[in-house]
Amino acid sequence: MDLALSPAEQAFAADIRRFFSQEYPQDVLALVRDGRKLTRDDHVRSQQALNAKGWLGVGWPAEHGGPGWTPVERYLFEQELELAGAPSIIPMAVIYIGPIICAFGTPEQQGRWLPDILESRAMWAQGYSEPESGSDLASLRMSAVRDGDDYVLNGTKIWTSGAHWADWIFCLVRTEKCERKQDGISMICADMRTPGITVHPIISIDGAHELNRVEFDNVRVPAANMIGEPGKGWHYANVLLAAERVSYAHIGRKRADLAELRRVAATMPGSVAATMADEPLFARRVALAEIRLNAVEMSVLRVLCGDAAPAAVSALKIACTELAQEITELWVELAGRDRAIVADRTRADWRDAAPEAAPFAVPRTASYLFERAQTIYGGATEIQKTIVWRALDRANAGIARS
Amino acid sequence: MDFSFTPEQEQLRASLAAYLRDHHDFAARQAAVASESGRNTALWHGLADQLGLLALGGPDAPDPFDLLVVMQELGVALVTEPYLESAITSATLLRHSGTQAAAALLPRIASGAAVVVLADTERGARLGAPPHHTRADRSGDGWLLGGAKSTIMAAPWATTLLVTAQTADGTAVFAVDPHSDGVTMFPYRTIDGRRAADLRFDAVALTEAQLVAAPDIAATAIEHATDAAIAALAAEALGVTRRILDDTIAYTRDRRQFGQSIAGFQALQHRMVDMFMKIEAATSATYLATMKLGAPPRERTLAISGAKVLVGEACRFVGQNGVQLHGGMGMTEELAVGHYFKRATVIEGLMGTSDDHLARYMATAATPQPAAA
Repeated sequence: MDLALSPAEQAFAADIRRFFSQEYPQDVLALVRDGRKLTRDDHVRSQQALNAKGWLGVGWPAEHGGPGWTPVERYLFEQELELAGAPSIIPMAVIYIGPIICAFGTPEQQGRWLPDILESRAMWAQGYSEPESGSDLASLRMSAVRDGDDYVLNGTKIWTSGAHWADWIFCLVRTEKCERKQDGISMICADMRTPGITVHPIISIDGAHELNRVEFDNVRVPAANMIGEPGKGWHYANVLLAAERVSYAHIGRKRADLAELRRVAATMPGSVAATMADEPLFARRVALAEIRLNAVEMSVLRVLCGDAAPAAVSALKIACTELAQEITELWVELAGRDRAIVADRTRADWRDAAPEAAPFAVPRTASYLFERAQTIYGGATEIQKTIVWRALDRANAGIARS
Repeated sequence: MDFSFTPEQEQLRASLAAYLRDHHDFAARQAAVASESGRNTALWHGLADQLGLLALGGPDAPDPFDLLVVMQELGVALVTEPYLESAITSATLLRHSGTQAAAALLPRIASGAAVVVLADTERGARLGAPPHHTRADRSGDGWLLGGAKSTIMAAPWATTLLVTAQTADGTAVFAVDPHSDGVTMFPYRTIDGRRAADLRFDAVALTEAQLVAAPDIAATAIEHATDAAIAALAAEALGVTRRILDDTIAYTRDRRQFGQSIAGFQALQHRMVDMFMKIEAATSATYLATMKLGAPPRERTLAISGAKVLVGEACRFVGQNGVQLHGGMGMTEELAVGHYFKRATVIEGLMGTSDDHLARYMATAATPQPAAA
């Protein structure tokens, strides 16, 4: 066993670190540090800076503009990005649909869509969940009916992040009623400006507008926008899910959060100890979170290096998201009653609204509320546990591990 | 032993619940929350005039279990009016101080004409810290007040603030008109749909008559007010968490996935049972704390802090799982459950977090019990 990074890997990480401290737009880092809300334009500038280095298409094959990294190099890149406090790559286009288009799209589709994604000229939204199809995604009902050279789309998608600023949406749709409900599902892309598409904002409990409900009313989409073969949409979506199974790990983000938490705690009075950093009950919780983080990081690396059993891989989504939530709980603990405060973080002077408050309270409470979603989306914890159990059951029955 | 509420208390609960059902459904609540001031004055006067809730106990201190009943129902209906702040916290402080200035304010609280708010907490201070950013110094016949307070719930609605300040002789409490010269209010919304403010005092001139509690009685009066407030807040939390559980049971019964009602899945049933058990523990701890409000300090502190710990646990566990079991819908402003979760989150942070009270419990339990007289 050799668990240390090689000299080449260390040099790789140092190079990424230098990029974020020097070449990356420093004003975007400043906005994040200041607890401000990023605009679409801020994200575009961030992603364009990454793309200028050839680092944006992280999961893409090199022939389509991917950086050609090993899994460990990709992990190190994400770690450095998060430690620097840069915003994550918006996943819908780059992480979710990009690799599907690379793998299953026609050359025409690849030429039409991939460059716009890498240049951040086009934003995408993901149309998977429906009001009646959440955990049971395969029961989805949005229909796509062939009519000449088009498909006609009818139905509703929900929890669509960024649909209000997206140029394109990729949808799982039902093209056929089959015995096995997964078999009649296809994947098709629609220009958001197509007549018949309406976006309804959903305001989440942190007061933000990120989510939407998208209605499709007789929306005509060229059949040329279908990815791969009809009826294979479920398969395409799952191939990529498997490849993205550690994308929710965000180890660097957690590590940066805990370091900042310790720094801030040392400036705040405790009730028993001089500062909250030494307050026994709080220090215990911070230490436990850090111990869990160290273990989870090792688990992620084990998965990346192919060392983990399938049950452990699914269990890791639960561990990573619950740990992220645990860290947000430490922040609201530190905020005490200041967790109650609401301020408009699109404004540069948002802190002046509550000049006596702990300066981190507003953005950290918003995170506490919004990150409740981590254990709901991408397969709720309860669904993941069923998957973990099935994997354990299979392994125990002596059936070969996949 | 008898754990049943009196017929009068059952009557109080029934009439308040009915009144709130008729006058304060979720849509009406949301409309008040979204309004410019955030107040629902019609409801406030209804609680005062039609139900007499602001004058429970008449000239005497109200029965703490009457207040428990009221707070529980206000929690169920997620009422945002400043009942806790004015009618419980401030009224308790004023009753314990017993000064003339205090006695003059009590009838105005009871009629609903005055909203009196205790402004005690300061930047970064943890549970029980005496004021250190706010000072009052003798000046001629009166006082000069200077300093700052942070996150004072309901302060933007206050007609009178009870401001704690350090004096040469220790902590004192002053009644301050929020519109006085030298008082600056920074009002803001809170995540639970209320209003709060940071306050700054710059050489605010006060008369001797504004001294509501002098250093010899102030600390005790503040302690009694805070303990009464924690017991009341705990009672509100019982209503809030109970409503989250009820909503979650109803939602999981209705919601169908994988061809069945998701309430049929044992994993979800057990989670809801866990939620119920947290509420049960919090309920018993709240009864104990309410019962001990008149007990000697050590006993009272153990019961109050113990309740805040278990109530905090219930708020967090029931709130988080209420959202979780509602799935994406739980994350929206549209459904009530998210708003109850946010109130539960604020309750957990008010008047000391669970950790603050656990630390206080540990410190109090470690001090020897005074010998019996």
